[in-house]
Amino acid sequence: MFELLGIPPQALFGQLLLGLINGAFYALLSLGLAVIFGLLNVINFIHGAQYMMGAFVAWMLLNWAGIGFWPALLIAPVVVAITGIVIERLLLRRLYHLDHLYGLLLTFGIAIIIEGLFRYRFGSSGQPYDNPLPGGHNLGFMYLPNYRGLVVVASLLICFGTWFVIERTRLGSYLRAATENPTLVRAFGINVPRMITLTYGFGVGLAALAGVMAAPIYQVSPLMGSNLIIVVFAVVVIGGMGSIMGSIVAGFGLGVIEGLTKVFYPEASNTVIFVIMAIVLLIKPAGLFGTPR
Amino acid sequence: MQMTMSPTARLILAAVIALLALAAPYVIYPVFLMKALCFALFACAFNLLIGYVGLLSFGHAAYFGMAAYITAYSVKAWGWPTEIGILAGTAVAAVMGVVVGVLAIRRHGIYFAMITLALAQMVYFFCLQAKFTGGEDGIQAVPRRPLLGVLDITDNHVLYYVVLAIFVAAFAVIYRTIHSPFGQVLKAIRENETRAVSLGYRVERYKLMALTLSAALAGLAGSTKAIVFQLASLTDVQWQMSGEVVLMTLVGGMGTIFGPVVGAFVIVGMQNYLAEAGEWVLVIQGVIFVVVVLAFRRGIVGELAPRLARLVRPGAQATDTPQPARLTSDAR
Repeated sequence: MFELLGIPPQALFGQLLLGLINGAFYALLSLGLAVIFGLLNVINFIHGAQYMMGAFVAWMLLNWAGIGFWPALLIAPVVVAITGIVIERLLLRRLYHLDHLYGLLLTFGIAIIIEGLFRYRFGSSGQPYDNPLPGGHNLGFMYLPNYRGLVVVASLLICFGTWFVIERTRLGSYLRAATENPTLVRAFGINVPRMITLTYGFGVGLAALAGVMAAPIYQVSPLMGSNLIIVVFAVVVIGGMGSIMGSIVAGFGLGVIEGLTKVFYPEASNTVIFVIMAIVLLIKPAGLFGTPR
Repeated sequence: MQMTMSPTARLILAAVIALLALAAPYVIYPVFLMKALCFALFACAFNLLIGYVGLLSFGHAAYFGMAAYITAYSVKAWGWPTEIGILAGTAVAAVMGVVVGVLAIRRHGIYFAMITLALAQMVYFFCLQAKFTGGEDGIQAVPRRPLLGVLDITDNHVLYYVVLAIFVAAFAVIYRTIHSPFGQVLKAIRENETRAVSLGYRVERYKLMALTLSAALAGLAGSTKAIVFQLASLTDVQWQMSGEVVLMTLVGGMGTIFGPVVGAFVIVGMQNYLAEAGEWVLVIQGVIFVVVVLAFRRGIVGELAPRLARLVRPGAQATDTPQPARLTSDAR
């Protein structure tokens, strides 16, 4: 077998795959953040908690109701999206006329409540979730577990599907128009408040879907979201908030870079994304794909 | 205080507060008081940014926690005197403030919050991995060496007055800053940044100076805390700590001078009282966050001060009432 810079290929490709999987989740989460921010101008701090809720709803469905992974893939995001819609209708909506920072503070508070409740009920340790798609393929240079391959492909499909809907369809053009000038779009007879609510629900659903997909890979734990969300914030700053494509590319790219760092310089693997964020801020403050405003 | 009040009333109020502060350790457990004072200083430092420049930093735990580590390590491992250790922690926090400032000030509003949060998380990971921090254990049993070589601070009552002196000195610095021409420029930036730029102020430089001062004072709070509890740990650098200081300031009243102090005492008191409740503390803090953001955005002091002013001088229009914290509107 060939070796690369003294690193056995098994380890290299293994970490590369792990990086791609992490990247798939970064991309899904930052995509949801970008969609929500575009229309609501709110940085959804609950996003990590909603990702965690998605994983927990799937876990509860399996352990309490005997409903397996594949139905949960549909049910859990819908359930979590409904809780998100309730939050938007009852709480977030009251802050739209104020400074956007209040939205950040409110969602931060809600995130602590949700995390606290789950920690109270389930403790801080993780719960296992069985792999729904065991087995794998030997690709010659590495072993590819079926489920992990599926996660990467599914995430890519969802990301580009969302990009297509927003950038290339009539519904997406309404959304983009409402981002620019909600008053004018309302004057054309489009129900913008409802669109805002549904958009929030969609973004939250994306986070929950990511959570369900993450359940068999990582442990289902109340802390899984809060640890991830800060990294996703850095991904968003690097990609540039305004851009859907930016969050997808930055998500996958940074996941891979993080994976490679684990191979070549493991000490820095936790911090590499933040270091890249600092460099990007120095060179291009608006983010790689963002437009300066 | 910012409210309209006759000089005599002001003097009486100051005297009452001073008496209360001096007598407090004989009534209330001094360690609790010292903890509350450290967090009050931390919240005041944070408030300098959010309340007077309109910058929401979500990463103040980095300065607080790192300063605590530096003080604890230099005093324990290198045998530095207490006061030098505290100064070292404060200085390191100030340098961190400059670095974070150079990066984060390039973006406004929400981005500023996200960037400071991410950079603070980087500091957290650094502290998690670095050797000198002691990882999960932290740095424990930091000795309380005599202050300036003479003052025995192993006695909690003595240490309380030291902490009180540090707090009062730092509070005076903040008060002077806010009421100086420099502070006026900061407020102008908060109210209308574009206008401040057009008037010829180098806004970025002012923001950087404010952030550095705020980071240094947050560091001073962390260093003092490390001496009081003889401990520096990962809890001090975690993002939850950044959230806590936001909560204290929000509860007390952003942009009011005394608000953060009140908020810190309320939240530290609550944590003390509910220490048994475990995870519920987190939930309750979240609920307070939500309620305050939705209903009492001016915080305790911001809501009460105008009413109190009318009570003290009935009929007088409160001309100088604390502004409800107006955050920058150019949040995109």
